Amino acid sequence: MTEKPIKKIAIFGGTHGNELTGVFLVKHWLQDGAEIQRTGLEVKPFISNPRAVKKCLRYIDCDLNRVFDLENLGKKMSEDLPYEVRRAQEINHLFGQKNSEDSYDIIFDLHNTTSNMGCTLILEDSKNDFLIQMFHYIKTSLAPLPCYVYLIEHPSLKYATTRSIAKYPVGIEVGPQPQGVLRADILDQMRKMIKHALDFIHQFNQGKEFPPCAIEAYKIMEKVDFPRNENGEIAAIIHPNLQMKPQPQHRGLHYGKTGDEPSPFTQMAACLLWTCMCMKKAVCLCSGHPKTKYIILTSSPKAQDLFLSF
Amino acid sequence: MCSLPVPQEPLRRVVVTGGTHGNEMSGVYLARHWLRTPVDLQRPSFSALPMLANPAATAVCRRYIGHDLNRTFTNTFLISKATPDEPYEVTRARELNQLLGPKSSSQAFDFLLDLHNTTANMGTCFITKATDVFAIHLCHHLQLKNPKLPSRVLVYQLSQDETYSLDSVAKHGMTLELGPQAQGVLRADLFSQMRSLVASSLDFIELFNQGTAFPAFEMEVYRFLGCEDFPHTEDGDLAGMVHPQLQDRDFEPLRPGTPVFQMFSGEDVLYKGDSTVYPVFINEAAYYEKNIAFMKSEKLLVSIPALPGLTPVPTPLT
Ligand SMILES: [Zn+2]
Ligand SMILES: [Zn+2]
Repeated sequence: MTEKPIKKIAIFGGTHGNELTGVFLVKHWLQDGAEIQRTGLEVKPFISNPRAVKKCLRYIDCDLNRVFDLENLGKKMSEDLPYEVRRAQEINHLFGQKNSEDSYDIIFDLHNTTSNMGCTLILEDSKNDFLIQMFHYIKTSLAPLPCYVYLIEHPSLKYATTRSIAKYPVGIEVGPQPQGVLRADILDQMRKMIKHALDFIHQFNQGKEFPPCAIEAYKIMEKVDFPRNENGEIAAIIHPNLQMKPQPQHRGLHYGKTGDEPSPFTQMAACLLWTCMCMKKAVCLCSGHPKTKYIILTSSPKAQDLFLSF
Repeated sequence: MCSLPVPQEPLRRVVVTGGTHGNEMSGVYLARHWLRTPVDLQRPSFSALPMLANPAATAVCRRYIGHDLNRTFTNTFLISKATPDEPYEVTRARELNQLLGPKSSSQAFDFLLDLHNTTANMGTCFITKATDVFAIHLCHHLQLKNPKLPSRVLVYQLSQDETYSLDSVAKHGMTLELGPQAQGVLRADLFSQMRSLVASSLDFIELFNQGTAFPAFEMEVYRFLGCEDFPHTEDGDLAGMVHPQLQDRDFEPLRPGTPVFQMFSGEDVLYKGDSTVYPVFINEAAYYEKNIAFMKSEKLLVSIPALPGLTPVPTPLT
């Protein structure tokens, strides 16, 4: 665990401008931030892509949540750069610098998805004890409402997120909610996730001990594309058995490669045949003093291509 | 208001349009599929024409490029002179009016079926002009053919000069609105439902063309009354959202004094109208920019006159 108290926290909404829960929570907290204040903490709500928010688009020129790599952050500032690259440099200046001592301790980045993912916490590093403890606390506090942990640690699929400039980056993803729509139930769930996270940090700063814990997480394995025709258009759609399945019963359905299992795609034209592709495995993340870590291989309940909607 | 005359001749020129809104994916992908395999749209007495109504918006998966195409079929737009800086959809509306209309003329297509999705929990909804007796017979036929599929008929009452939607270009028309489905997302359940409703619609036209008469009936319809805006802050931003008790309750009665919005600060806003209404298109993504949180309708029982069978004329085989 970290030895130093957490001081500086930012909450980003509108990294994707059409994911409205974060947009409106952050706007509300900019007006009235009482509920996100904790003694000894500086908590800053922030609209990360204001132009995309204004137009209710995911982004203007390119995805803001993919450009926080050192190459883009180091580019010479110029009007010709894509808007989001310029914005990334501003954000890095305000909340970073990435990989520096001055950077914010924690950035919570609020997202929605059209997938039926419920409450999901996104972790970038499986060895981050502090965040594993925080996620354990959030999961326990939200119960019986399920809350999943999704690990994007992957040699090629990990992407340079907006929140990655902080020492502890936390992605929060709640769905299903269409783009450009604000649902009260989804907003309430995201609001609770932030409340529990801030409570945890507050207790941690006050010196509370957290015993070793373990959480189940889903680790990204590969992106599954849609079957496409020769023009590159989608030739099939997510199978109804896969779309919106209640999660526990769904385990095991999409992991085998044996060919008997139902395809996740249903064909638009009967002549097209597609086979099932394998998805993700669950890993168990442990935190605490015994630094052991073990991995259980099981199938993911969330077999839909999560990546498409982040 | 007088009813539109019912057709006196077989309907031979029928068009099925998808992608009028470029991010409503069921219609987009059905239209693309039929453009490759038009055989699904063939019937003995006619072949319906598949069409992507707004290809530019479809290509970028947006509702529209410069102007909502489904609000562009007014005489003002259609007879205006082309200008270089007009929105893409104004140009496209004139093009479609040339291809499928001209609106209100004898050369116009006989029937236009326009395919849409909504993010609201509208289920299966047929939208048509209150005066289009032929289209309402079609809706009734679809309800009889799909007794297990709850569906509703939503009607609007506008004069031909006031109509603005794509289906107003043809002599008769109907909009198929299926939800909930997020913009840019394709769900297999709604896709196959829409596909089978289109097939049944073409079957109905075929029956009519073959001389089938359809008796009079009574039917429950919902009639558009008006729109309800979101609560706003002083600088025009949203100050609250659709109340959880109203969310997903499309077509259910909304009584005065029940909560409609939840403010971000926590308190509830109650419905102030003076009579019960039936809200539709609750929390539709595309209506935020139009300042519409939901639309209000009234529920009516209407009597629809019989649709007489065509007098048989020898059908030339072509
Ligand atoms: Zn996002
Ligand atoms: Zn539409």
